[in-house]
Amino acid sequence: MTATAQQPPTNRRLIFRLVLAVFAMFGFGFALVPLYDVFCDITGLNGKTGVTDSRTVEATPIDKERWITVEFTGNAASGLPWEFRPTVAKMEVQPGALARATYIARNTSNRTVVGRAIPSVSPGEAAAHFNKTECFCFTEQYLDAGETKEMTVQFVVEPDIPHSVNTITLSYAFFNAEKYVKQKTVKATHKDAKLEKTHPDKKS
Amino acid sequence: MATEEAAHHDEHHAHPTGILRWITTTNHKDIGTLYLCFSLAMFMVGGLMALVIRTELFQPGLQVVDPHFFNQMTTMHALVMIFGAVMPGFVGFANWMLPMMIGAPDMALPRLNNWSFWILPFAFTMLLSSLLTAGGGPAAGWTLYAPLSIQGGMAVDMTIFAVHMMGVSSILGAINVIVTIFNMRAPGMTLMKLPLFVWTWLITAFLLIAVMPVLAGVVTMLLTDRHFDTAFFNPAGGGDPVMFQHIFWFFGHPEVYILILPAFGIISEIIPTFSRKPLFGYTTMVLATAGIAFLSFIVWAHHMFTVGMPLAGELFFMYSTMLIAVPTGVKVFNWVSTMWRGSLTFETPMLFAIAVVFLFTIGGFSGLMLAITPADFQYHDTYFVVAHFHYVLFSGSIMAMMGGAYYWLPKWTGHMYDEKLGKAHFWSNTIFFNITFFPQHFLGLAGMPRRIPDYALQFTEFNVISSIGAFGLGLSQLLFVYVVIKCVRGGDKASDEVWEQPRGLEWTVPSPAPYHTFETPPRVA
Amino acid sequence: MLSSRIITAVITVLSVAAIGLLADVAVAAWGLNLPTPVSPIGRDILELHNLILLICLIIFVVVFSFMFYSLYAHRKSKGYQAAQFSHSTTAEVVWTIIPFLILVGMAIPSTATLINMEDTSKADLTIKITGYQWKWRYEYLEHDVGFYSNLATPRAQIEGIEPKGANYLLEVDKPLVVPTNKKIRFLLTANDVIHSWWIPQFGAKKDAIPGYINEMWTLVEKPGTYRGQCTELCGKDHGFMPVVVEAKSPEQFEAWLASEKQGQAKDTADAAREWSKDELLAHGEKVYANCVACHGADGKGVPGAFPAITGSPVATGPVTAHVGLVMNGKSGTAMQAFMNQLSDLDIAAVVTYQRNALGNNTGDIVQPAQVNSVR
Repeated sequence: MTATAQQPPTNRRLIFRLVLAVFAMFGFGFALVPLYDVFCDITGLNGKTGVTDSRTVEATPIDKERWITVEFTGNAASGLPWEFRPTVAKMEVQPGALARATYIARNTSNRTVVGRAIPSVSPGEAAAHFNKTECFCFTEQYLDAGETKEMTVQFVVEPDIPHSVNTITLSYAFFNAEKYVKQKTVKATHKDAKLEKTHPDKKS
Repeated sequence: MATEEAAHHDEHHAHPTGILRWITTTNHKDIGTLYLCFSLAMFMVGGLMALVIRTELFQPGLQVVDPHFFNQMTTMHALVMIFGAVMPGFVGFANWMLPMMIGAPDMALPRLNNWSFWILPFAFTMLLSSLLTAGGGPAAGWTLYAPLSIQGGMAVDMTIFAVHMMGVSSILGAINVIVTIFNMRAPGMTLMKLPLFVWTWLITAFLLIAVMPVLAGVVTMLLTDRHFDTAFFNPAGGGDPVMFQHIFWFFGHPEVYILILPAFGIISEIIPTFSRKPLFGYTTMVLATAGIAFLSFIVWAHHMFTVGMPLAGELFFMYSTMLIAVPTGVKVFNWVSTMWRGSLTFETPMLFAIAVVFLFTIGGFSGLMLAITPADFQYHDTYFVVAHFHYVLFSGSIMAMMGGAYYWLPKWTGHMYDEKLGKAHFWSNTIFFNITFFPQHFLGLAGMPRRIPDYALQFTEFNVISSIGAFGLGLSQLLFVYVVIKCVRGGDKASDEVWEQPRGLEWTVPSPAPYHTFETPPRVA
Repeated sequence: MLSSRIITAVITVLSVAAIGLLADVAVAAWGLNLPTPVSPIGRDILELHNLILLICLIIFVVVFSFMFYSLYAHRKSKGYQAAQFSHSTTAEVVWTIIPFLILVGMAIPSTATLINMEDTSKADLTIKITGYQWKWRYEYLEHDVGFYSNLATPRAQIEGIEPKGANYLLEVDKPLVVPTNKKIRFLLTANDVIHSWWIPQFGAKKDAIPGYINEMWTLVEKPGTYRGQCTELCGKDHGFMPVVVEAKSPEQFEAWLASEKQGQAKDTADAAREWSKDELLAHGEKVYANCVACHGADGKGVPGAFPAITGSPVATGPVTAHVGLVMNGKSGTAMQAFMNQLSDLDIAAVVTYQRNALGNNTGDIVQPAQVNSVR
C-alpha cells in the first residue's frame, strides 16, 4: 500500500476500513459453510437429518395414533464398484418408536474399496424430525473384493412431525471415499471398522 | 488516444511518451481511456464467441462445432462479457467522469488505479489462453456449478485464478471510487448534490466490496475441492453441491446490480440534458438505488428455485424478489416524468437512453415473471431466461454505455462524433438486438432449454431469426467502432458545453478536457 | 438528408420483414405461449403466467403511452418550452404504493399454487428418477422394475447425414410409463453431476442432485406421449438427454408393468448361453451407442478431453482390466460405471466389439458368463 503512504490520514483510515471490510467479506464467504449447515439442521433444507441417542428416544412417548410410511432407496454413485440396495422397499412406523432397516452392499471389484454413504431425507420438512441413533453412514465402510455386507440404520421419527407428512423417503448415495481417506490410515481404520461390526450398538 | 492532443496542455510534469506512458500512467483520464478500450476489445471478443454460438444454433443438427466446444463458448462468452466488457467499461466511465463530476483533480489513489487496470490484461490472457489447453476451456457455464466444474480440466483452474485477479482489480477500483467520492469532493459538493452517476457508482462500489470477496472465497473452495481433497461441494466427501449455488448467488445477485446501477446513473445524466429539464425526483432516485442494493442481498435463491427448497424459503425469496419491482418501477416512472413536458431533442445519446428505458423495462417485467416461483419452474434454465438477462444486460448496461460514450465523446476528444452515423448505429443496433433476443422469449416458453448445442425441430424458425439478428447486431458494432475512431481522429470542434445547457461540472472545463482538471477545486453553490 | 432517408427505408423493410416472419412462425410449431398443460399444476401455472403477463402488458402500455406521448408532443422542434418542475411528493408516493398493491395481488394466487405444488403427500405411485451423464434411470420403487432411458435419435441424423425425424432429439429407446389420473410422486437424484428433469406439459421441473433427494408430483389427465429435456447444464451431452413420458390408462399401465417384470426374467436366460463372435459383434455395435458420445463413432475420442479406444492400452491390453473399467468406470472422470446399466451380455458384447472393431484387432471374445463371474 505504498500509494496510501502520502495520503492524508483521513484517506488512510477510510482505506483501512474498506480493506478490513474486504477481508471480513472473504471470511464471511467461508463462514457461510458452517452457517449453512446450521440453517439446514434447523429447516431440514436439503434433507439433512439429525442424530440422537437411544436413551433420548426411550424417553420420548410413542404416538400410537399415527402410522407413517418410510420408504428406503439407495444408489452407488459412479466410481464406486458396488451394488447397493435396501432389503425392504418400505415400512410403517409410529412416531417416537425406534425402527430398524437394513441395506445390502456388495463389492463387485477385485480389490478392497472404501465408500461413504450420504443420507438424504425427503420431504425437507420431515428431515428435521427424522433422527438416526445408529447408521452405517456415520463412518467410512470398507468392503473387501467380492464381499457382501448388511448395513443397519436405526432411526426414530419424532412425534412433533407435521401432520401433513405421511410418507418419508430415506435415501443413501454411496460414494467412493478413497480420495478422502488418507492412504496411510487405510489399514488401521479398516481394522477399527471390522471391530465395530462386533459391537453393533456402539455409536461412533 | 483521447488525451493525446490534450497532453501538451500539461505543463507540470514531464511524463513518458509512447507505450510507457500508458503503462506507467496514474492520470485518471488515461486510465479511463485504457479501461474503455479494453472493454471495447473484450466486447468484440465476447461478441465473436456469441456468433459461434448463434452459428451452431442457426439450424438443428451439429454443423460447426462439437458440443464440448459449444459449452466452452457459452461459458467464455458470459465470463468475457461480464468481467471483461461490462465491469471494466463502467470503471472506465468512473475514471473519466467521477473526478470531473465532483470537482476533483484526479482519483484519490492514482497508483492503485494504475495497478487495478493492469491486472486485467493478465487476467484475461490467462482466461482466454485456457482455450488452448488440452481439453479446451472451461465448459461448466460461467456459474461454475459444482460438481460439474470439479470434473473439468486445467482450464477450470486457470479460470479460477483469472477470476481471483479480476476480483482484486474490481475491489481495488471500488476502494478508489469510495475514497475519491468521500474525500475529494469540491467545497460545497454535498452528498445530496452529487450527480446521479456518482451516486450509483458509490453504491456499486460498496456492493463490489461486499460481494467480490465472497466470489473469491467460493472459487477458492472449488479449487481446494478439485486439488486438495476438501469436500465443500463434492458430495463424495460429504459436501453439498447446493451450497455452492447458495454462496455463488449470494455474490451473483448483487453482481447483477453491479452490472446495471452505473447504467442507471448514465441514463439519469443523459435524459435531463436532452429534455432540458432537471431530473425528476432526485432524492427518490438515490433512495431507490440504495433500496435496490439492499434488496439484492436477500433475493439470491430466486436463481435456484428448482433445487428443492422448503416452502417457507421459496415464499420468502419470491416475496423479496417481487419487492425489487417497487424501487425499479420508481426509477422508470421518474425517467418518464423527466421527459414529460420537457423540450426534447433526439441526438444519439438520447435515442440510446430512451431505448434503454423502454427495453430495460421489458427485461424488468420478464424478471418479475421469473420471480413468481410456480411460473419460474417453467421458465427456469430455458431461453426465456436467456432473453430476460440479455434485455437487462445488453439493452440495459451495454446500450447505456454506448449512449454514455456518445454523450461524453465530445468532452473526451474535443470533436463532435458523426451524428448521422451515430443514429445509423443506434437504429441498426436496436433493431437487430430485438430480432436476436425477442424470439428467444417464445423459444423458452415453448420449452427450449439453455446451453444446448442442438435442438428439436419445432424450435427451428425462431432460432433462424435469432441467428440472423445476431449477425446484424455483431456487424452494427463495427459501425460503432468506426464512429468512435472517426471522432477521436477529428470532426467538428465541440464547444465546452457540448450540449444545450447541460448540468454538471464536467461541462465547465474545456473540450477536450485538459490532462489535468480542477487543480484548484471549484466552488459549488 | 439522403442517407437518413435510406436508413428509414431500410428500417421499414426490416421491421415489416420481422413482423411478417413472426406472424408466419406463430402459426407453425408450438406457438408463442407455454404448451397446453395436461396436469392440474400445469394448468395453474399457465393461468398464473397468463395473468401476470397480462398485468405486465397493461402497466407497460400505460407507462409507455405517457412516454411516447411526451416524445411526440414535448419536442423542441415543435417549439415546446420545457417546464422546470423536479419533483412531486404525491406522484412519487402514488407510484410507490400502487405497484406494491399490484404485487400483493400477484403474490396471492402464486402462493396458493406454490403450496399445492409442494404437497407431495398421499401419492398413488412413487417413481425414482436418477440423472446420469447423459441418460435417465427410472425405478418403480414398489414394483422392483427399473430401466435406463437413452436418446434414440441416430448420430447420422444429428450429423446431418440422414434427414431428421419428427421427434428429433426428443425420442428415447424406452420412455417412462405412467398411469393417467393417479397422483405420481417423483423422487429425484443424480449419479454424477446435477441434472434437471422437465416435462413442460406437466409443469414439472426439478433438479436431480448427486447425494441428495428431491421430490415433486404430477397427475397426468390425458393419455399420450409427452416430451421434455434435461434443463441443467450437465456437461458435453446436456442437449442430448431427453425426457419422454408415456401416459397410459391405469389398466394398460398395470399390463405394461406385468410384462416389464417378465421381460427382465428373459434377459437373465439370454446371459446364460454361449455366444458366437459374430453375434457378439453385432450386438456390441448396438451397445456401443452408449460410448459414442465421448469416444466417437469411430473410436477416436476427443483429443485432450476423451481418450480414444482405437489402439488404446485398455482395449488392446488384458481383457479383465478392460471389462473392469467398463463395469466400474473411472472415478473423477466422465467414464461411468456401466455395471448397473448394462447386462452381462451387453458388457460382453461391447468389450468384444471394442477389441475387434474400431481399428482394433485383438481376436479376443468375451462371454456373458465371464462378465458375470467378475460381478
